[in-house]
Amino acid sequence: MDVIRLGHKVKEGSIPGDGAPDDEAILHSGLVNLSTLDHALNWARKSALWPLSFGLACCAIEMMAVGTARYDISRFGAEVFRPSARQADLMIVAGTVTRKMAPAIRRIYDQMPDPKYVIAMGGCASEGGPYVNAYNVVQGVDQIIPVDVYVPGCPPRPDALLNGLLALQKKIEARKAATSLNEHKK
Amino acid sequence: MSTLTNDPVVEQLRAAFPQVPFRPVDPGIPGLVVPLESLVDVCRYLKTTPGLEFDYLASVTAIDYLDRIDVVYQIRSLKHHRDLTLRIEVDRDESVAPSVTGVWRAADFQEREIYDLMGVTFTGHPNLKRILLYDEFDGHPLRKDWRLPAEPRSVTS
Repeated sequence: MDVIRLGHKVKEGSIPGDGAPDDEAILHSGLVNLSTLDHALNWARKSALWPLSFGLACCAIEMMAVGTARYDISRFGAEVFRPSARQADLMIVAGTVTRKMAPAIRRIYDQMPDPKYVIAMGGCASEGGPYVNAYNVVQGVDQIIPVDVYVPGCPPRPDALLNGLLALQKKIEARKAATSLNEHKK
Repeated sequence: MSTLTNDPVVEQLRAAFPQVPFRPVDPGIPGLVVPLESLVDVCRYLKTTPGLEFDYLASVTAIDYLDRIDVVYQIRSLKHHRDLTLRIEVDRDESVAPSVTGVWRAADFQEREIYDLMGVTFTGHPNLKRILLYDEFDGHPLRKDWRLPAEPRSVTS
């Protein structure tokens, strides 16, 4: 039988039961772990982020490198790149967001189910990058969708994107299950 | 200039269209400045005449000289391994030029791009609409007098 260890100390007497010696034995057997709902949910969410297969420019090449054996994003449970927005909960905006592409990005974001997260990868997606005041470049994807983590670089190295993923996981850990994850974004 | 005047294709063109006032393009480049109204005829002649057969339109681009807009055609004969440059001078205010999509289908997207960014209207084009920018875009941004309506982000202040 697989055991999920969530790292919370089991307190004696905190479990309601009939007080039979069997309960006590089960508690200390290592087969049962107790945790908060928040911790369990956040642990599940951060450990299986499914990114959208979606690249806009040269940053996408580095994003692809992250999936290879050398950098291996599956170490952090985020290797399942999904071709459908309906099955993804992480959007890595990898590249320059043009004005013409912006409505499509917004629509894809809206199609993703909650809870969903966005990493703005690279200078362009973060704030326009080298295309300062360019006539057809959105000055940061946060002008059209809410962004959780910004990864600087032009393009960022795969290590930097992984660091961004870890930062996102930290952010997810701090969430409260009772509140909507996207409440602050509305 | 000697290489230019000696270019066999250029000489053949001048002989075939004696009434057309061709002018040379930049020194060292085999090619001609073609009057607007003769462009399509010249192009069709270059493509179909045996011995020339310029069957490949390598690029169409445009240059804003503030007093006029030049449209430049780089054509190539894959059969005879020869390149040629044609140039037309377009009035900047009117900005109307004949389309060569009837001669080379490859001109379709390139002329749309010039229309999109430079604002040259190609008459006879089957589908002349913006190709890179969104339809609501105001103006043609590669014109030298085009300015951003408002600066969304400033790096100086």
